[in-house]
Amino acid sequence: MDPATLTEKAVDLANQAKALANQAADLAAQAAQLGGPATQHQPFIALFTVFVLACFVGYHVVWRVTPALHSPLMAVTNAISSVIIVGALIAAGTGKFQFSEIMGFVAITLASVNIFGGFLVTHRMLSMFKKKSK
Amino acid sequence: MGHNLAAFLYLIASICFIMALKGLSSPESSRAGNTFGMAGMLIAVLTTAASLELGSFPMIIAGVVVGGGIGTFIARKIQMTALPQLVAAFHSLVGLAAVLVAAAAFYAPEDYGIGTVGDIHAGSLIEMGLGIAVGGITFTGSIIAFAKLQALMSGAPLVFPGQHYLNGALGILIVLLIIWLIFGQTVVAFWLLVAVSLALGFLLILPIGGADMPVVVSMLNSYSGWAACGIGFTLSNSLLIVTGALVGSSGAILSYIMCKGMNRSIINVIAGGFGTDTSTAGAAKAAVDRPVKSGSAEDAAFLMKNASSVIIVPGYGMAVAQAQHALREMADILKKDGVKISYAIHPVAGRMPGHMNVLLAEANVPYDEVFELEDINREFSSSDVAFVIGANDVTNPAAKTDPKSPIYGMPILDVENAKTVLFVKRSMASGYAGVDNELFFRDNTMMLFGDAKKMCENIVKALG
Repeated sequence: MDPATLTEKAVDLANQAKALANQAADLAAQAAQLGGPATQHQPFIALFTVFVLACFVGYHVVWRVTPALHSPLMAVTNAISSVIIVGALIAAGTGKFQFSEIMGFVAITLASVNIFGGFLVTHRMLSMFKKKSK
Repeated sequence: MGHNLAAFLYLIASICFIMALKGLSSPESSRAGNTFGMAGMLIAVLTTAASLELGSFPMIIAGVVVGGGIGTFIARKIQMTALPQLVAAFHSLVGLAAVLVAAAAFYAPEDYGIGTVGDIHAGSLIEMGLGIAVGGITFTGSIIAFAKLQALMSGAPLVFPGQHYLNGALGILIVLLIIWLIFGQTVVAFWLLVAVSLALGFLLILPIGGADMPVVVSMLNSYSGWAACGIGFTLSNSLLIVTGALVGSSGAILSYIMCKGMNRSIINVIAGGFGTDTSTAGAAKAAVDRPVKSGSAEDAAFLMKNASSVIIVPGYGMAVAQAQHALREMADILKKDGVKISYAIHPVAGRMPGHMNVLLAEANVPYDEVFELEDINREFSSSDVAFVIGANDVTNPAAKTDPKSPIYGMPILDVENAKTVLFVKRSMASGYAGVDNELFFRDNTMMLFGDAKKMCENIVKALG
């Protein structure tokens, strides 16, 4: 395959992935609305729908990541998986001081290490990738 | 804040995270992607914080400041060669945080609206159980991976008889404990589940050798995502589910790419016991009777100076010797002399996906000189010199020709097609897979024995 058709194909794929991502985001938005309030118990199927769609989005987005950036990809996914801090905040934020609040507090601290460390190390890595200076 | 507004903001955060991954499709857009990631996290945290009791803010802020300070400090100080162990250590934190959040939810379910103590919804308990299991395995597994990468323990696989049966039994035990947790809702079941998951994490990673760590690190990356997902289901939080699924699929795809780079199945890698640690594999197996041509830095300098194109093949040895800066200096001089320089990266070179690319970028090698295997493999036949620095198995032609070789079928860089092959190596020791490399004994191969960094510095001197 010559480079021209290759790039064409790549552009095509990119557009498809973009369209998919947009669709999925729309669907996720709908699902979130259907699911209603964020902290109320939502029907399992609504959450499961979100889950499956997110897997598809993840699949398509990650396959497009250039292999040269696989290390930053790991670092940034590591940072964003610390979004689990949301759960820890709810545990720690009741105003009481019991077992759950302590667990939440420790989890907040751990997740913060990850959030700050993960994003910063990703930033450090990415700022090193430069094109030829000429 | 209204529930709908909160859900909407969580959605925006999810989209920010998707954008963060999407940005990584090219180095130009990647920095903006990272900013999206940070913005998403900020939105998520602030949205959640808005619904909390004011009285708990001092404690929360203290946690963020302490954790954030530690994270910032580590991320600033860390050497780029130590990235794999840093990532492993970070994964362990996500795993532990998942377990702690599960514990908080188990002891105070009413805060999360999933029931009351002793009467938590069955659905939430299933998901909580899975979150604990995956989180626990991620936590201890990552600690072992960290210890192996940091050389706190031997990178050699630790195998003992009955290992797989024991792991299998622990796996079944986890399922049983989750069932007990659902029907009994007792504290004992909860903590037993935590303990068994932690034990399984240790045992799963112990038998996996040092050079298989790219797969392990990707796999644990994936697990940390699924753990977040499990917690997201427990708390009915779609942001956690979306993010967990993104991270989970990302790690899974990376594991797949790494396995394909070694032509091994994920089962084969997890089963472990493959290969030895390169640093401990002594020179015992050194070629006793076969002659090799060994050269000096001056010889190498002469060869490369008179070449019209040189392809550099870096491997883990370059990372160990921290040779990337000296290597780039060497390449710069050659470039000034009109030699065309490119770099060839094997998918599993190094100890984590993309490890070599980051090290070369750190040494200011422009990324448009760095090529992936399939993009550059044909160029070897038209290049004068292949300069292999700290790589071995990924260049071994036995992967193509010898069906009995343990690395048979693995895609390799065809350095043998270059007019001359220069191998920078410390000794004749075989690589990770424990197989001899036929290339060392070829007529057009010259071995450059010595530390990778010293060798590059000496070549620079000889060139100058």
